[in-house]
Amino acid sequence: MNLALKDIRFKFGRFLLTTFGISLLLMVVMGMGGIYRGLIQEATLIIDRAGADIWVVQKDTKGPFAEVSKLPRSMEYRIAAMEGVESASAFVSHTVQRDFRGRVIRMTIQGLPDDGRWLPLLKGRPLREGHFEMLADKSAQLPLGTRIRLGKDTYEVVGITGQMNAPSGDAMVFVSLDDALAIQNDTPAEAIRAEREARVRRFDAMPYGSTSAEHAETLRSASSRPAALPGRRISAVLVKVQKGWNTEEVLQRIRELPDVSAYTADGERQIMLGGFVARSRRQIRLFRTILLIVSTVVMTLVLFMLTMDKLHDIAMLKLLGARNGVMVEMILTQALLIGCIAFGIARCLGQWAYPMFPRRVVLVTADLWLLFGIVVGVSILASVAGVVKAMLTDAGEVLS
Amino acid sequence: MTQALLAENLRKKYGRGDTAVTALDNVTISMDTGEVVALLGPSGAGKSTLLTALGLIRPPDSGRIVIDGKVIFDNGYRTDIRAFRRANLGFVFQKANLLPFLTARENVQLPMELDDVSNGKSRRRAMELLAQFGMEDRQSFKPSELSGGQQQRVAIARALANSPKLLFADEPTAALDSVMGRKVMEMMKRVAHDFQTSVLVVTHDTRALDVFDRILHMEDGRIREQ
Repeated sequence: MNLALKDIRFKFGRFLLTTFGISLLLMVVMGMGGIYRGLIQEATLIIDRAGADIWVVQKDTKGPFAEVSKLPRSMEYRIAAMEGVESASAFVSHTVQRDFRGRVIRMTIQGLPDDGRWLPLLKGRPLREGHFEMLADKSAQLPLGTRIRLGKDTYEVVGITGQMNAPSGDAMVFVSLDDALAIQNDTPAEAIRAEREARVRRFDAMPYGSTSAEHAETLRSASSRPAALPGRRISAVLVKVQKGWNTEEVLQRIRELPDVSAYTADGERQIMLGGFVARSRRQIRLFRTILLIVSTVVMTLVLFMLTMDKLHDIAMLKLLGARNGVMVEMILTQALLIGCIAFGIARCLGQWAYPMFPRRVVLVTADLWLLFGIVVGVSILASVAGVVKAMLTDAGEVLS
Repeated sequence: MTQALLAENLRKKYGRGDTAVTALDNVTISMDTGEVVALLGPSGAGKSTLLTALGLIRPPDSGRIVIDGKVIFDNGYRTDIRAFRRANLGFVFQKANLLPFLTARENVQLPMELDDVSNGKSRRRAMELLAQFGMEDRQSFKPSELSGGQQQRVAIARALANSPKLLFADEPTAALDSVMGRKVMEMMKRVAHDFQTSVLVVTHDTRALDVFDRILHMEDGRIREQ
């Protein structure tokens, strides 16, 4: 005769409510762990996905995510020409916020050196045209076929990706490298006119004889024409190391260039985790720990109170000559059942609820096992408190 | 008749110094096998203290208790009292104290299961006992679905499950009407004769004293025979 199960069946409603309450608590703990993992994954997502061995950024910066990095477009070709470099591609990334059909959307625009076939496409197709096509992450809530104006051009969403969020949590959208640069360097027509005017005025102020008509004509044309003016800037150069070459060796060669800093992919990851998201990580980890302690206390109290409710029955069992094992088994079975079932419900509820969270919640199997272990531990701990109380209960309590 | 119980010079004091109360003052009591004894007395006379001492629930401060020829207490317990209680003693209280999550049959089965009797055997015996008390048709009812009298009958059946040598009853009729109270007392008498169990009943109820073989009166922690 299993007394624990019979007691549960007798007070099934209360058992269910208690278990459900604890499962909600566990869902929050689980979710907080998932948010922590999600933050790390989002922070390193593009570093991991880009598959570069080395990231080349502006000299003395920790770019392109942790801070702004600007490199001339030509850097891509300079790096590509170096010994030990398999390939070098420009990396452009910047965030925009636009009002779109009555809502605010934030997007991190990512320039693709290819058609984006490697991205996790849920719907649609990779980029086909060199311009004005866009792949948008599902979280941007831009359905296939949506046309959105960015800069001076209109882009059409041709593909939807899944789980592609920037370290800031904003949805990533992917366009061709040139389009990304065009959006990043978009300047209003009036500003261009004013800038050209200023150029011409500076030219006019120059002493007679030091200028030429051809020079004057060049200064009146597009910004990209005069050689002294900077062209469009990229954020970084992604380098793949040739087979047979040591990454560290190529890294040192690139670092010898006077106008760049370079990091391995792992170094770039450390920059993100150690700086950009470090404080958020610490905060979430601390909050998660506090939540875990609170859950432990609440679970212990709930399970202890359940035992307290049974003290009269326990006294009766003692009077009937029940061995201690009978009481221990009864209390422990109920506590473990509540803990394990609550964990299962929390897992199912989480699976349903977490995708609705605005930021990614990543449940890692190792974390879930750890939490399960903690739940089992807490259940046992709570049982110990109950068992001690039960052992101290006098059989004579039945008479009172 | 053989002696089922012998308790000698039991003493029990509650509190210390000036506030100390003597609950048992050199009490000596004996019971023969199958004997039904009533223990009367006013509140605070020490009846329940004596019952808990004899029932090995709370030990006396000193004295000696011999049950079925075996010394159980001699200024301290001399055996595993929980196992001894399980095999040799039965209890009935003012409230039935049935486990609310078990059916009437399961409540009766419980002491046997605790004594490692097989499920089939304990089930059969529980049904027999319930039948003896006219409760076989209520075997699958939970205590909350039974009347006070029915609960008390199940409690008596449970107390007899392991064929105890001694049955202790503390005010078993207090919560019952006079008709049901008398029935329960008669059941006690029948139990004693049918099962060769000695029964000690602590009671205030003087309406059914005729069913007892012997009546003891207790006052100020001392016993005198009537």
